[in-house]
Amino acid sequence: MSPTFPGLLLEHAAQRPNAPALREKEFGIWQTLSWSELAAVVRAIACGLAEAGLTRGQHLVVIGENRPRLYASMLAAQALGAIPVPLYQDAAAAEFVFPIGNADVSFAIVEDQEQVDKMLEVRASCPKLARIWFDDPRGLRHYSEAGLAPLDALIAAGHAYDAQHPGFFAAEVAKARPADVAAMFYTSGTTGHAKGVVHTHETLIDRAAAGARFDKLTAADEVLAYLPPAWIGQNIFSYAQWLVCGYVVNCPESASTVMIDLKEIGPTYYFAPPRVFEGLLTSVTIRMEDAGRIKRWLFDRAMALARRIGPARMDGKPVSAIDRLRYALGNLIIYAPLRNTLGFSRVRVAYTAGEAIGPDLFTFYRSIGINLKQLYGSTETAVFVCLQPDHEARSDTVGVPIEGVEIRIEPSGEILVRSPGLLKEYFKNPEATAEVLTGDGWYRTGDAGFVDAAGHVKIIDRAKDVGRIFGGANDGALFAPKYVENKLKFFPYIKEAVAFGDRREKVCAFINIDMEAVGNWAEKRNLPYGGYAELSQKVQVGELIRDCVQKVNADLAADDKLAGSQISRFLVLHKELDADDGELTRTRKVRRGAIAERYQVLVDALYEGKSEQYIETAVKFEDGRTGKVAATLKIIDVPTFAAVGRAA
Amino acid sequence: MGTRQPGDVVLDVHGISLSFGGVKALSNVTFDVKEHEIRAIIGPNGAGKSSMLNCINGVYQPQQGSISLRGKTFHQMNSRQVAEMGVARTFQNLALFKGMSVLDNLMTGRNLKMRTNLLQQAIRWGAAEREETEQRIVVERIIDFLEIQPYRKTPVGRLPYGLQKRVDLGRALAMEPQVLLLDEPMAGMNVEEKQDMSRFILDVNDEFGTTIVLIEHDMGVVMDISDRIVVLDYGKKIGDGAPEAVRSNPEVISAYLGTVH
Repeated sequence: MSPTFPGLLLEHAAQRPNAPALREKEFGIWQTLSWSELAAVVRAIACGLAEAGLTRGQHLVVIGENRPRLYASMLAAQALGAIPVPLYQDAAAAEFVFPIGNADVSFAIVEDQEQVDKMLEVRASCPKLARIWFDDPRGLRHYSEAGLAPLDALIAAGHAYDAQHPGFFAAEVAKARPADVAAMFYTSGTTGHAKGVVHTHETLIDRAAAGARFDKLTAADEVLAYLPPAWIGQNIFSYAQWLVCGYVVNCPESASTVMIDLKEIGPTYYFAPPRVFEGLLTSVTIRMEDAGRIKRWLFDRAMALARRIGPARMDGKPVSAIDRLRYALGNLIIYAPLRNTLGFSRVRVAYTAGEAIGPDLFTFYRSIGINLKQLYGSTETAVFVCLQPDHEARSDTVGVPIEGVEIRIEPSGEILVRSPGLLKEYFKNPEATAEVLTGDGWYRTGDAGFVDAAGHVKIIDRAKDVGRIFGGANDGALFAPKYVENKLKFFPYIKEAVAFGDRREKVCAFINIDMEAVGNWAEKRNLPYGGYAELSQKVQVGELIRDCVQKVNADLAADDKLAGSQISRFLVLHKELDADDGELTRTRKVRRGAIAERYQVLVDALYEGKSEQYIETAVKFEDGRTGKVAATLKIIDVPTFAAVGRAA
Repeated sequence: MGTRQPGDVVLDVHGISLSFGGVKALSNVTFDVKEHEIRAIIGPNGAGKSSMLNCINGVYQPQQGSISLRGKTFHQMNSRQVAEMGVARTFQNLALFKGMSVLDNLMTGRNLKMRTNLLQQAIRWGAAEREETEQRIVVERIIDFLEIQPYRKTPVGRLPYGLQKRVDLGRALAMEPQVLLLDEPMAGMNVEEKQDMSRFILDVNDEFGTTIVLIEHDMGVVMDISDRIVVLDYGKKIGDGAPEAVRSNPEVISAYLGTVH
């Protein structure tokens, strides 16, 4: 059997017509759409689109939050052999011009007035965009632009067309082949234009099914669809896997009610980027600080217990009877109510990915009994490359290659992937396709990493940023600056870090302290300071940061591949790295090269063995004026450790 | 605002004079409000704006003059009777039950529409239950309209001020009024909250066809969203007309705008 998305839809509608497919909270009540009702809506939209002139191979742009009728629109396009192109709903109008022009888009189905306004704005530069339909008519009553109509009108037209051509829909669905293009996702290129990643029914369905088998997902699972539908992860979790498994996808009432809806639905399968988990933990911490003394004491005790027993329990390791009893008590009083408050009481499988997640954050969720795991994948691989098995979740790996996936590590450290889920191509961009797809079917991820002793893949950095130590005791060792910097940034006191070491004999680093965290820390110790610069150069602060760096070194020493990346010397910068000064990108990533150039004297001082260095820097103030800051920065040596070999 | 088409006179205020003891709050004020328009009453502090609103609302009984609503004149009418005639209002200092949820506050706005009695509602059975469901549908539409879904179950007292003002507007809207009186809807708000509120006022006017009479201090807001403006000073009407006309009226400039600059 080789399924397609519309084929899967019709299968569910035939086999379990009354089972819920989608739920949407509207006017305070969860409204359910069954598989048969959904199939009817899809059929109507497909017929309407066909009547409007959408044909096989054409693109249909879909923009909006997760709304049942937008999902139905994507299915309708696929039923006709057309290709849905979901775009990010919070992008500015100008950002739509490229994809709409690139994919020769004539038809768009969008959520509401906000998106309609953007579509009308881009029309001037995209003359082919003839028809725009909107799901929510609010505020659009007085719009009279040509080609603009409510989705209801499209559905009505579809019903009429369907009545005249009764066999049309089934015949169109039957024409679909697994190797046909199913969807296109634009990835934001860091350089140049976005690239349209082309996926077929086959690639998406294969990966969705492999992931579902890995985690034993069934039709009984529940998912909350709250991330942008234009992101392939959202498409996999609430579209591809939804159609493969037949579970229920729930659409929140609005973006601002997601936390409330999460609690009401209690999903069993959940994905969130690390920042969401971090935000949740912060809100718990803040509320606990406001709680009474007894509650706080109880919480602290229970959490200490959870940290001690929880991870072993989740890893399926033996736990003594008395500890099991203690944990059960903690579960009764704290963990279960906490999971409920967070909306995680029914979560069976939770994933995070996208950025590095701090070990404390990761352990917190696992210790209170949430099966939080990591995965590795990208738009080009239809997400699922590596997943962590239930009992083997680690904060610093991304899991094992799942069925169908082959992994190869280049001598440069770059990870290559071969799997049935690889992209077909980049749309109209054979050069870019050739860059990432090798002749024998491997995909170049651009990520550097390795497979550890337990068979888990570990991602350390972007391949182009990975360097080598040159000379000295660690000659030839791998140097992964971002990996080291992330480890430093997991400490609340460290806001930014910049590591140097490529083609040098040791690793040195610049540290930016976190003003709030270190300021609080200093206040508690009655440490007076007059501002950022002064605080950063306090002897005690230097010691605080040195302890952090030393812990990172101990951690790195346990990792035989990266033991050479231990930090020998560092200094705390006297000013915050700032995008206005060209030291960070607008998305707050450190621009290592620009920083090294700007602070050349400091880098030299670190490597020349000086104990302090005077520096004058020009800074740009927020009102556009420029000024100079000068300071003498202390340089601190940190003990490094001998590599302890494989820890695992 | 080219899409709005003001129609017949809905509210006719004629020769209103109101005094408290020796203090003349309003003297011989006459103006009208047309169907589907946004009508603003402006003026410096103590000009008599709130007194005027309270007269329309039936809270104060003016000594002279008449107010008629759709041709029906009333002299001695209390605020409940006015409410039953389809006039709802919001308050400058908010009139919400702070300990109750947003939802419950809006439900109180439906009280006039309930036919079942207190006892039936207390045991919530049969007709009362069906009725509550019907009323809840209306309230949910308002919650959706004002985009306050995240706060449905939050006690009003815990919401920031700007949101409380929005809930107060929702409570007034729950009465499905034909004429909505807004008493300084933007008072104490920051710029963003003011923009939101302006949008909601325009949307109410547009989507529900509600006629709106508003008192406001913020000149920018008034000029932007009103169709016609009445200017009061020391209880007398000194100007009346479209925003551009009012803006260039020398008497208005000296009385009101003059004091600002």
